[in-house]
Amino acid sequence: MRWIRMLYAIETNDITKQFGGIVAVNNVNLSILQGELFGLLGPNGAGKTTLINMLSTMTDPSGGGARVWGFDVVADAHLVRQNIGVVFQDITLDERLTGRENLDIHGMLYGLDGKVRRRRIEEVLALVDLTDRADFLVKTYSGGMLRRLQIARGFLHNPHVLFLDEPTLGLDPQTRMHIWDYIKILTKEEGVTIVLTTHYLEEADHLCDRVAIIDHGEIIVIDNPEALKNRLGGDVITLELEDSADTARLRALYEDNGFVRVISRGSNTVSMTVRDGERKIPHALNLASRAGISILSVSLHKPALDDVFLHHTGLTLKNKETGDAGDYGRSWIRSTGR
Amino acid sequence: MTIMRLMNAVFAMWLCEMLRFWRSKSRILGALSTPITFLLFLGPGLSSGFQFQDGGAVDLNFFAPGFIAMSVLFASLFGGGTVVWEKKSGILKEILLAPTYRFFIALGKAAGGVTIALIQGISLLIFAGLIGVRYVSGSGVLTSLLVMTVSGIGFVGLAVALASWIESPEGFQMFMSLLAMPLVLLSGAFFPISGLPPWLGALVAINPLTYCVEALRWCLLGRSVIPITVSSVVITFFAAGMLLLGGRYFGKIRVQ
Repeated sequence: MRWIRMLYAIETNDITKQFGGIVAVNNVNLSILQGELFGLLGPNGAGKTTLINMLSTMTDPSGGGARVWGFDVVADAHLVRQNIGVVFQDITLDERLTGRENLDIHGMLYGLDGKVRRRRIEEVLALVDLTDRADFLVKTYSGGMLRRLQIARGFLHNPHVLFLDEPTLGLDPQTRMHIWDYIKILTKEEGVTIVLTTHYLEEADHLCDRVAIIDHGEIIVIDNPEALKNRLGGDVITLELEDSADTARLRALYEDNGFVRVISRGSNTVSMTVRDGERKIPHALNLASRAGISILSVSLHKPALDDVFLHHTGLTLKNKETGDAGDYGRSWIRSTGR
Repeated sequence: MTIMRLMNAVFAMWLCEMLRFWRSKSRILGALSTPITFLLFLGPGLSSGFQFQDGGAVDLNFFAPGFIAMSVLFASLFGGGTVVWEKKSGILKEILLAPTYRFFIALGKAAGGVTIALIQGISLLIFAGLIGVRYVSGSGVLTSLLVMTVSGIGFVGLAVALASWIESPEGFQMFMSLLAMPLVLLSGAFFPISGLPPWLGALVAINPLTYCVEALRWCLLGRSVIPITVSSVVITFFAAGMLLLGGRYFGKIRVQ
């Protein structure tokens, strides 16, 4: 069908969406490789869902365009739909049907014939560990089971590209880890290209090959999680001293011994940025004890994507969620109907 | 897109409606008990009040087709109305994302709604027979099923169009009661439509349910004020028009 060899699973070209006067997605350019697990990270209302909605042909862009699996999201919406699966943020299962029936109806809608459908349903149920509960009504499912069934349904028809919109939103940590495992299995075993949105940093960090940080509808930075964290220069070791009089002496001592970016926060703490923090702590403590300075506590802070976000926007994700949920957040809610 | 694939989509949506109906025992009970109550109490109660101008009796026989039509109307409107609930619960997003033509999704939903309407119509038909309504012929009874199906398609189509257009379930519910009451009251289900004052006669004449009731009377009782040729043509055009309208509005739904 496609005459030109396709390099990217998804390519956007200045894709833009406006609702009324609000620009939800602003001139976004992304190129996502086949087989990649790509994360869109940003606070609520950053435009992640709107971007996914455009890429999955649910909403037309107001400007620019995108190709998904080689097809234009507006002109060839039909062909795009044949090649994608979408797992929505909200639960869109029919709770009056059983898990298996939900999958069965989905399979029929996607044109899987009876034999293939039945085999495939067994496969995906096994993958998300729902084989035992397949014939129970969906309304008896727990939050984690709903999410798993929804993910199973998303890739039932063997899509090339799978969109996961906040796949672990509101789940307990243990269930979240399970979902992460399934997502990893999917990319590895089924070779699916996955685009997931999240506002959980650990999630993007843990799962994604590359992450795009998005805020106010614009991409702020794209890179792999490690590189993003490395931009910050490394880990931070913070030592708490018993006697605040020793603070200046300890700083000088560390600076003389090759530690960089040594600063003191508060009267009795000393912090420094290092690579390989775990391995540097014994050395730092040794130096202090030889100088007769007694240390009360040591902490190691590994940079997280939150720090990256802070670095690029001057705001932490948490601040954004609580402090900045004013007009922008509300107009977002109004314009998307959520 | 092969025919097979489109039929698969229609069947999937039909199956979905059937499973939901089957699971919802309260809906089955409610759907059947309302018209049965009407038949049992309202029929005899109203019988005493009217008489045909030519002296024909307005009895339970007269009311039975009206109640069957009413039941088909309610079931069809409800069946098409599921769209508005699906819109609210998000299920519709998943359905609309399927790589198939929207019209066939709407068609599957209509088929589901009509099947449920038909189940109700048939149950009433049997019940009315049990309590003494005399049908004119077996072939008439079979033809009445066709009338129910075709009228059902019309009302499901109408409900799908409205449910696609209206945003909230509450709004839809209000619209339905606003629509269903006049449709039933002005259909001749409760009174003979011959010799009405002209303004009332005009309202009855533009009501599609009138033709459904009259066609059912012709099939089941062998007598009707409106000739069967007229009523069958009207309900057929109504069904075709509403199905297209429903498909069109369903195709216009945008999810964000």
